[in-house]
Amino acid sequence: MSFAWAKQYEPQSGFTKWIDEKLPLPRLVYNAIGAGYPVPRNLNYMWNFGVLAGFCLVLQIVTGVILAMHYASNTEVAFGQVEHIMRNVNWGWMMRYAHANGASFFFIVIYLHIFRGLYYSSYKAPREMIWLLGVVIFLLMMATAFMGYVLPWGQMSFWGAKVITGLFGAIPFIGEPLQVWLVGGYAPNDSTLNRFFSLHFLLPFVIAGVVILHIWALHIPGSSNPTGVEVKKESDTVPFHPYYTAKDGFGLGVFLIAFTFMVFFLPNFLGHPDNYIEANPLSTPALIVPEWYFLPFYAILRAFTADLTIPFTGIVLIEAKLLGVIAMFGSILVWFFLPWLDKSPVRSGHYRPMFKKFFWFGLIPAMLLLTYVGGAPAEEPYVLLSQIGTAYYFLHFLVILPIISQIEVPKPLPYSITEAVLGSDDVPGGTDGGGDNPQAAVKPLPA
Amino acid sequence: MADTSGAGTVEATSEVAGEDGVRRRDWIHIAALGTAGVGGAAVIFPLVSQMAPTADVLAASTTEVDVSQVQVGQSIKSVFRDQPLFIKRLTPEEIAAANDVDAGSLRDPETLADRTLEGHEDILVTMGVCTHLGCVPLGAAEGENKGEFGGYYCPCHGSHYDTAGRIRKGPAPTNLTVPDYAFNGDVIRVG
Amino acid sequence: MTIRLAGILVGIGITAVLVLWSMVPGVINLVSGPPVEKPAYYAFKEKPHAPEGGFSFAGPVGKWDYAQLQRGYSVYKQVCSACHGLKFVAFRNLEELGYSEEQVRAEAATWNVPGIDPNTGEAVMRPALPTDYFPNPYPNNVAAAAANNNAIPPDLSLMTKARKDGSNYVYSLMSGYVDPDPEKLAAAQEKGFETPTGLYFNPWFANVNLAMPPQLYEGSITYDDGTDATVDQMAQDVAAFLTWTAEPSMIKRKQTGWAVILFLLFATGLAYMSYKQIWAGMKSKKK
Repeated sequence: MSFAWAKQYEPQSGFTKWIDEKLPLPRLVYNAIGAGYPVPRNLNYMWNFGVLAGFCLVLQIVTGVILAMHYASNTEVAFGQVEHIMRNVNWGWMMRYAHANGASFFFIVIYLHIFRGLYYSSYKAPREMIWLLGVVIFLLMMATAFMGYVLPWGQMSFWGAKVITGLFGAIPFIGEPLQVWLVGGYAPNDSTLNRFFSLHFLLPFVIAGVVILHIWALHIPGSSNPTGVEVKKESDTVPFHPYYTAKDGFGLGVFLIAFTFMVFFLPNFLGHPDNYIEANPLSTPALIVPEWYFLPFYAILRAFTADLTIPFTGIVLIEAKLLGVIAMFGSILVWFFLPWLDKSPVRSGHYRPMFKKFFWFGLIPAMLLLTYVGGAPAEEPYVLLSQIGTAYYFLHFLVILPIISQIEVPKPLPYSITEAVLGSDDVPGGTDGGGDNPQAAVKPLPA
Repeated sequence: MADTSGAGTVEATSEVAGEDGVRRRDWIHIAALGTAGVGGAAVIFPLVSQMAPTADVLAASTTEVDVSQVQVGQSIKSVFRDQPLFIKRLTPEEIAAANDVDAGSLRDPETLADRTLEGHEDILVTMGVCTHLGCVPLGAAEGENKGEFGGYYCPCHGSHYDTAGRIRKGPAPTNLTVPDYAFNGDVIRVG
Repeated sequence: MTIRLAGILVGIGITAVLVLWSMVPGVINLVSGPPVEKPAYYAFKEKPHAPEGGFSFAGPVGKWDYAQLQRGYSVYKQVCSACHGLKFVAFRNLEELGYSEEQVRAEAATWNVPGIDPNTGEAVMRPALPTDYFPNPYPNNVAAAAANNNAIPPDLSLMTKARKDGSNYVYSLMSGYVDPDPEKLAAAQEKGFETPTGLYFNPWFANVNLAMPPQLYEGSITYDDGTDATVDQMAQDVAAFLTWTAEPSMIKRKQTGWAVILFLLFATGLAYMSYKQIWAGMKSKKK
């Protein structure tokens, strides 16, 4: 593995030796999530969410494949098939509630995972690729979740599909034909439902593929840690197994308690009552809101109410509708540039006084504000609030982060992880990584 | 994830714990893993049982047929549990032909009386499913090949059934299945 | 490097200024324009409330009150079913309310459902079997709209899940046909509020003017179990019945939930002890 002191897999029995020669899968697992993967010893509970996200993906695929066995993607029967699952299929109600709430919990876990990455700057060199793949996973998740919400063919499904595909209509020149092509008609219809079902089934496996790349990229430099100081020697790390398997096992238990509580006692709390009304193309619900996990981005979309004009000339540069769409996609695309926007040499927000203030008192409140106004009607004062939130959001990433990374004076860093944990680093031996240059301690993965 | 922590935990832990004394086979790790295993096994149950017939399929598993309109010598096809059901009113000749055979000499020894209800010996109710590999035998509709024994003939692999629906020639192992049924006046309730 | 960064910042800055400028009219309007007003009917709107003593199925340890569900079914049958369907509920499901198989068979036979004459193939009405689903009283939406002054009576199978706080909503609505408060009415009428002919005032309905006339009157039905058929009683019973039709597995769900969560608490406790023991040797060194 990545560090010289990583334990080597040694097959014990004749059978495991035989397997190891032919197909070294146990070796792969041992090196990836077993005792062969040395991990910083100081990870806090925020590092549990990667494994939990993987669990959520498996949960969604298992329950989703089961639901697909009983579902039919035809507008005539789709709504009734979901009720068939709820009423006639053995344990069908549990499968559907687990899948619907599983999506919400997947996003809760992913948001905590992302904000851990933002706070501890996990996106910085040498981990840019892990971060970029993570953003790709998040985009794929959004597409998958959106299409999945259309499948029950309730009122929110239909109008959500109509409004979101309408975004593409904002693109100049090709917008309208593109929208008609995406939907396969002039409004969401049978073709739309069928293609969304097909893609909703496909994309999770694409996500699983990118997750494998994400984990592969993780194992090149190894996990980051709360100090942001790179691993220097063996005393900085512990084997993933049993230390972090045990910790993740406990974390999974806590997660499951929260998750099953929602599934069994408040299964419709995160949903919307209108989606228990069958889709009706002739009647729009009073308030169309996406699922909660899209609310911040929906707020950014709706924040743009006026065309972008050249002042005092009245020449329209970009129409408001397109501006909103660009901003919404831009709000996530900006994450792709994060490793190059934040050039501070210090990773952990723990040692960055200014960054920390803007994170806790700027970015987090802005996101919460956007989530709140995203679920509110499109009227004042919510529009103004969404504009304030959107303005801060972009300022934070595009202006504040680059500037504070230049002017901030970070707090002194510990010499090593060992010092951070034990108070002093008098543990002898090990490879000295040489300062804070992370590459020095890293040996490339054997191919 | 519980499964990945796998069976290795106990061993690995004993290595770690070896520094400050032997704690081999520590009960708490066994208990934790065992409980996780029980939980995992319990989850299997709904995952498997969701593929069993759904409540609406189970509820639709009885069929009622009015046989008052079936003429002597005529057969009708109905559906029982998504499969064809043959109901035939036998002619006196067909009854005689069925009773002329020594039941003991047959591959699946049954008399016509065994295969019909008392008082309704002329009504033969069988599944229209060949006991060989499940094809639908011919002979229920007018003009179809009734086989060498004047009953039903399965064209898939050449099984011949006699007028009582008993296998006489060909690969089928048993007679055409007689489902559970009862008369309620002129109405047969199957299942 | 610095030049490139400065260039990016300037570009972003210009865009930001343009965007902010485009928002100026909206802000001016917000500050100087008239305050946003809710429509006049908002003054009457009421939140759904639970019946006195609450519903038996509410809460994590709730249970169905089968006598109430049976009463609710008779309210549905004698009152609601004239206009509202129940398309996701089959007669066989009534066994879950405590009826025997024979009672369900007899009950189903009192309903007529569309069928096909086995001899001629013509569309006919036939007595329902337990496997049939509750029929829609109208052959299609056009007929439903024509018969009801253009308001289509919705199917009731999922009504309590399709409204916020649905069980209490149905109860409040069905027992909530009241005359508007005269003071509020006078104020609202000044803003143009009225209850048009053919609509009925009900503060629990979304815009307080409902196309459905009051349906429940004291003693308008007779309960088999001798319960007094007050409006409040009938509203509670039918709300309970519709809660069951919306989610027949609700009680099973909660009971399963208890078993699952108690098991998980136990398993997580063990996992925590195991985790702490594995890490015991590591943490003890920390000062």
